[in-house]
Amino acid sequence: MLLFAASRLFRALLTILFVMTFAFFVLRASGDPALLILSVDAPPEALAAFRKAWGLDQPIWQQYLAYIGHALTGDFGKSMRDGRPAIDLVMERVPATLAITLPALALKLGIGIPAGIYAALHRNTFADRMTMALSVAGFTMPSFVLALLLVLIFSVTLGWLPASGNDSPVNAILPIITLGTAGAAIMARFTRSAMQEVLGQPFVRAASAKGLSWRRVISHHALPNAAIPTVTIIGFMVGSLVAGAVVVESVFAWPGIGRLLVSAVANRDLAVVQALLMVIAFWMVMANLAVDLAYGWLDPRVRSARAGGH
Amino acid sequence: MSPLLEAVDLHRHYSVRTGGGLFAGKAVLRAVDGVSFRIRAGQTLGLVGESGCGKSTTGKLALGLIPPSSGEMRYDGERMPAAGSPAWRALRRRLQMVYQDPLGALDRRLPIGTQIAEPLVIHGIGAVSERRDRALSIMESVGLQRHQFGRYPHELSGGQRQRVVLARALITEPRLLVCDEPISALDVSIQAQVVNLLLDLQERLGIAYLFISHDLRIVRQVSHDVAVMYLGRIVERGDAENVFARPAHPYTRALVSAIPTVGDKRERILLGGDPPSPANVPPGCSFHTRCPFATAQCRSEIPTLQPQDDGREVACHRVRETALRLVA
Amino acid sequence: MVSAPLIAIEDLTVDFANGPHVSRAVDGIALQLAPAEALGIVGESGSGKSVTWLAALGLLPGKAAVRGSVRLDGRELVGAPPRELEAVRGKRIAMIFQDPSSCLNPVHRIGWQLGEALRLHRGLDRRAADAEALRLLDQVGIADARRRLGDYPHQLSGGLNQRVMIAMALAGQPDLLVADEPTTALDATIQAQILDLLRAVRRDTGMAMVLISHDLGVVAENVDRVAVMYAGRLVEEAPGQELFARPRHPYTQGLLAALPELTGRRRRLAAIPGTVPEPGSLPAGCRFAPRCPAADHRCAIEAPPIQSVAVHHRTNCHRQIEPGFSVWSLPKAAE
Repeated sequence: MLLFAASRLFRALLTILFVMTFAFFVLRASGDPALLILSVDAPPEALAAFRKAWGLDQPIWQQYLAYIGHALTGDFGKSMRDGRPAIDLVMERVPATLAITLPALALKLGIGIPAGIYAALHRNTFADRMTMALSVAGFTMPSFVLALLLVLIFSVTLGWLPASGNDSPVNAILPIITLGTAGAAIMARFTRSAMQEVLGQPFVRAASAKGLSWRRVISHHALPNAAIPTVTIIGFMVGSLVAGAVVVESVFAWPGIGRLLVSAVANRDLAVVQALLMVIAFWMVMANLAVDLAYGWLDPRVRSARAGGH
Repeated sequence: MSPLLEAVDLHRHYSVRTGGGLFAGKAVLRAVDGVSFRIRAGQTLGLVGESGCGKSTTGKLALGLIPPSSGEMRYDGERMPAAGSPAWRALRRRLQMVYQDPLGALDRRLPIGTQIAEPLVIHGIGAVSERRDRALSIMESVGLQRHQFGRYPHELSGGQRQRVVLARALITEPRLLVCDEPISALDVSIQAQVVNLLLDLQERLGIAYLFISHDLRIVRQVSHDVAVMYLGRIVERGDAENVFARPAHPYTRALVSAIPTVGDKRERILLGGDPPSPANVPPGCSFHTRCPFATAQCRSEIPTLQPQDDGREVACHRVRETALRLVA
Repeated sequence: MVSAPLIAIEDLTVDFANGPHVSRAVDGIALQLAPAEALGIVGESGSGKSVTWLAALGLLPGKAAVRGSVRLDGRELVGAPPRELEAVRGKRIAMIFQDPSSCLNPVHRIGWQLGEALRLHRGLDRRAADAEALRLLDQVGIADARRRLGDYPHQLSGGLNQRVMIAMALAGQPDLLVADEPTTALDATIQAQILDLLRAVRRDTGMAMVLISHDLGVVAENVDRVAVMYAGRLVEEAPGQELFARPRHPYTQGLLAALPELTGRRRRLAAIPGTVPEPGSLPAGCRFAPRCPAADHRCAIEAPPIQSVAVHHRTNCHRQIEPGFSVWSLPKAAE
């Protein structure tokens, strides 16, 4: 088990290194930050000075090595726009993003899982079809369309909720609903199919044949098994807590990670983009690791495969 | 006369991980561990044993689908060429295989006639128009109707699908068919149809079979010779009727006695426990952990196949004594 | 059957609704079982042999419509409220199935699953349940029972899992065990162990057993009476020896003639032509008529009633086949 955790950790670090490398070269290949930040008609001396100041005049592999070396010590460089440490800029945005993504996650799980279980248990009834139709609508609708729709209804027409900004907690309501709807829909579909698959397993019939009440068959025999595949999708949702709100933050002018990413990319603020990707990748990798560990916790077959032997 | 197909001391080992964590180690899984047999033209060798005994792996080795770790297959006295080589592909015309699950072996998107004719296309046999005629004629000889040529696999019953698989295997006029549990998935009443068909085809076309099955009754029905496998080795080999009527190896005796019959009761030997894993074969005679007759010699010394008075071969140190006990 | 039957099935019919199509899986079955009796049910896939007993216990999905009557000690089970059925399942009638390893819950320990049954049926507290679980594992011949209680199903072989299933069935001290193809997924030597165990358990407890199998040999060696089913109907029923020695229905005769022997002279197998009909498109009249070498025009039109042909021997065939004569010896039966 220890070896398993260590090997997964090593793989996680490798993934992060890969993301950093990729981000570094793609950003370098996609335009000269000096021209973008200082504008095209800046004097050549100013451009040269800018490049020297940020180390852009070095050969690219030297820039890369310096970047990795600094990153290892926790230094992701300074923003080319305002000179503050890039990582600080990123970290101060995290709470704002979590303020909408965490409640949205609660919404996804709190609505999606019960709806999926209900639909699976009432298969082919009117309620099941309604739930699934709603769910299809929920995740096929692009989030910006839903966002605009919600703004139209609740801000413009009814005037109940603000359309954008972040002056009060009320501002968070529409972004949370937008984010939560699609996730809840996906969660419901996934839970329903996981549950249906389990309900078709021989051990469910055997548990009924044992004389257990249907309620207990569901709660003690079907649900723990249906939870296993569901963990994958929950892990994915947890992984996107940090970076999953780019569109929604832009639409609602919410000052989170997503908006920072959009502006940093547009501005070619290399250090900030790299720090952002680094934080996002780190979070996703950690979420993945948590999923793997959760599998072992939920499924004894996985546990003993890791402990060795079959 | 040299045999059509001959296996000489075949081994097929896999390395598997055992244990985990810091104590992870490698072990050798001995799927097939020194198997020799001969099949003469037009004859059937039945290969019986329980799951994990290596009978299916032996079937794949026999066709050269997987290479042996050591030992060799000989076809018509010549060493079988390496899998995938042009010589091997040419040989495959004469050596075909039929699996247990006919639906899995068929492409559900193609009409059965096309699938039956496919081997002709692969081996470049005959003109295009001729291929259809040959498919139709082979369909008739396995008991399919000509009008079923355009049907799809899901439109047929299990027994008919197995006929399609047989037709496809037979269209290249093979000299040997390896049948791996060809009728286990079929209902009892359909099994008899396919068994009779296999026997008729053998009589008409002179095909040899390597017939792999866990069902001793079916194996006896179709086989001239039979080999009983346990944990990758053949423990008894001989004339099918003789072996099943008077099994000599304690494992064969237990296996035969375990077959429930409609007729009268026979001796009953109940084995304890499960067979050991082929990744952890006991030393000496691999059957000694479950054998009621095992002695110290059995626990340390691997018995080899020894010819007996009636022509069969048995790998058991105590075969003479235990045979005596049976009579007494 | 002089004593009052333990279970009496009367005119049981099961229909499965598949959209607009209705397929009849069981068609008017009547069967009785005395206390402590062992009854074998033989049939091929689609014969309704398992569905009959799942229907009796209310274990079929909602799209199945069950009609007729199943009485356990005189109490009606068909249409009984869920609570009453739950009190019967496991407690009065236990069931074991074909693939033991997938019938045990993969995420719970063996001890937990046994304990669940013991708490439910015997009201034992945890300590008493633990002790009883150990005793049960011991009774079904599992060595090192204490360690096995902490194991998960995937750590056990198929044979051991079936022993656990039998132990679980015994937890409720049932009057009847329905064993649905209990050894089909197991190897021959393990099958022999499990059948031996079932015999021993019945000897010790005196419980009745319904043994459902496609294998005539398995049934022949383990039951007192045999019922043969074909396409949802009961075609023949007789004490085992009588049925195997003097089968009267062409289908039973065909099954026996299609079965190769392990000893004696090798003969050509009689092959029943054609295939089992789909439940959605059953032939009118006698279900077996299209495959029967003795069928005449009446067989194709009129469903034969089940009638006595000898003591305790019933069959549903218009043709009244003489004992000792096999329709598969008719020239028409040759392929």
